[in-house]
Amino acid sequence: MVLAKQVPDPETPPSQFKIDESTNSVVPPNGVPPVVNGFDLNAVEAALLLRDAGADVEITVLSVGTDFVMDSMKKTLAMGADRLVLVDDDGLDKIDSAATVKVLATVIEKDGAFDLVLGGRQASDWDQAHVPLGLAEVLGLPLVSLVQKLELTDNGITVQRVITDGYQEITAPIPAVLTVTNELGEPRYPNLRGIMQASRKKPEVFSLADLGLSSGDLAPKLKLTKLYVPESNQQVELIEGENEADSGKKLALRLREEKLI
Amino acid sequence: MTSILLIGESDEHGEVSQSTLQAVAAAKSLSEPNITVTFSGDAPASASSLSVDSIVSISAVSNSDDGIYEQSTAEIASLVTSNNPDVVLLSKSDFGSLVGARLAFRSDLSFAADCTELSNENGALVVTRPVYGGSALAEFIVASTPAVVTLRAGAYEPSTETGSPAIESIEPQSIEQFAYVTDTVAETRDGVRLEDAGVVVSGGRGLGGPEPFSVLKDLANALDGAVGASRAACDAGWIDHSHQVGLTGKSVSPDVYIAVGISGASQHMAGCSSSRAIVAINKDADSNIFKEARFGVVGDWEKVLPSFLASVRELKA
Ligand SMILES: Cc1cc2nc3c(=O)[nH]c(=O)nc-3n(C[C@H](O)[C@H](O)[C@H](O)COP(=O)(O)OP(=O)(O)OC[C@H]3O[C@@H](n4cnc5c(N)ncnc54)[C@H](O)[C@@H]3O)c2cc1C
Ligand SMILES: Nc1ncnc2c1ncn2[C@@H]1O[C@H](COP(=O)(O)O)[C@@H](O)[C@H]1O
Repeated sequence: MVLAKQVPDPETPPSQFKIDESTNSVVPPNGVPPVVNGFDLNAVEAALLLRDAGADVEITVLSVGTDFVMDSMKKTLAMGADRLVLVDDDGLDKIDSAATVKVLATVIEKDGAFDLVLGGRQASDWDQAHVPLGLAEVLGLPLVSLVQKLELTDNGITVQRVITDGYQEITAPIPAVLTVTNELGEPRYPNLRGIMQASRKKPEVFSLADLGLSSGDLAPKLKLTKLYVPESNQQVELIEGENEADSGKKLALRLREEKLI
Repeated sequence: MTSILLIGESDEHGEVSQSTLQAVAAAKSLSEPNITVTFSGDAPASASSLSVDSIVSISAVSNSDDGIYEQSTAEIASLVTSNNPDVVLLSKSDFGSLVGARLAFRSDLSFAADCTELSNENGALVVTRPVYGGSALAEFIVASTPAVVTLRAGAYEPSTETGSPAIESIEPQSIEQFAYVTDTVAETRDGVRLEDAGVVVSGGRGLGGPEPFSVLKDLANALDGAVGASRAACDAGWIDHSHQVGLTGKSVSPDVYIAVGISGASQHMAGCSSSRAIVAINKDADSNIFKEARFGVVGDWEKVLPSFLASVRELKA
């Protein structure tokens, strides 16, 4: 089970990043479709690498949200995932991570058998980095975050977990929840065959009501009161010499003058 | 009164970590703070002069207990139950991020990660956190307490006040552990730690390959500094990921941060914007880095950097 979130394209240049302060939400730049969160594609890749290594894996991608753009979400199928399960409901527009965990846990418990839940290390919209961690707590499963390498063993998994200055080797039983980081390596590009197969697959779509949940179950613990672009009053002092080499020299002198070096 | 359970950490020299001192400052900015600092393991000696109300050591557990802090999470969860604080405050370190999230969800508490500002308004806790990679700031009212909050490094100046807290020690409990660390592989580091360096010289995709990093290394050596990098440079394999600066890399706040061939994406700036001065060398005058930098040269690093390095060496001689 791979958790994948649809997010605004994080490569949007800062100059095009706009907020509607009346609704406290981000205005997507014209013509730039949302994407699957980058680290979640790393998680799909992690699952595909297990298959490449010879394991018999079925990969289900699960996403909770609204206004899904199918071309974006189906990238996971085109890469090689088997199923795409969407919980699509207007009531999911502005839920917090506690509510997201609740919805994900409900689907996972309903859907039944799985050996691993793989999430991304963080979603590039709210940058919280805690939905899979919360899910592990709620499901009572072992958790390893920041995974850069993953192997199945006879009775569980061994993984490498990125730490500040290196990595740890960890063994854990399965089922388990893991978060995957970009150190795993670039997610593969879908090939033509993958894209053809994906175009024929239909996502399985559920509403909150289908899951026996209502928006009342999903009230946020944190209330967003303000979303705004911070003002920067930094004025750059450009150092210009007679040529680029001279600029380099003048930069050093200027930094010394300011006692910065 | 705001009662705060602050989860302290010690640094590699066995002192109270800078991030913990920053968290103490954040806690003290709340209304009528009553602060308990707890350490997983024996509290560092310097904790006994912290300007807080009490210190609790959970003896015989070290900060890195089982490597993934399952023991610490269980201990702190019981402390939260018994102390019932308004705020559980952690640093956004490897330890704090993992323990904070687990704790919040284990006990169904409110959770705000990676905050840069805390305050009280009309009795409620208000937190500000950067979102969208740092392109925006979001302000939240925390509707129910206890709330678990992690604090971004550099958001507050470390507390320098001293005091004489009450000191207590509690015995650890036994827990059921799932995952085990079987080995730890550390990157070798030569010179100063990136996080502690007074000067950081960082390279990005604009360097075009791994070799130019040796020029950055020479420059860093000349300035007693350390080498950093953008994620693009790390992902390309030009330099190890342990050098990555940014939202998902290291947070640095040196006196001078020199960014070479880095465009200044918000996710990169999230790790260096609290530097005293940012210096940019980039060939594109429209690049975002020039909106964040105090000094800049618009030019090709291959032409700018050698003369800059030579002048730095002369000035340092
Ligand atoms: C959730 C998330 C987390 C992220 N976390 C991080 C993070 O922690 N750290 C991080 O760095 N990034 C992070 N990123 C990635 C970030 O968004 C950018 O993609 C990345 O920082 C770009 O790196 P760069 O500036 O080196 O490359 P680019 O954006 O490609 O910029 C290269 C720059 O080099 C300049 N250049 C080219 N040639 C020369 C030359 N000869 N001389 C001088 N200048 C030249 C160009 O003008 C350009 O400005 C994250 C992204 C996401 C979505
Ligand atoms: N709405 C969602 N639907 C599916 N997966 C999600 C959702 N929100 C978060 N996740 C997963 O949790 C990870 C961390 O998200 P976050 O805690 O929001 O930063 C993401 O990388 C996803 O794998």
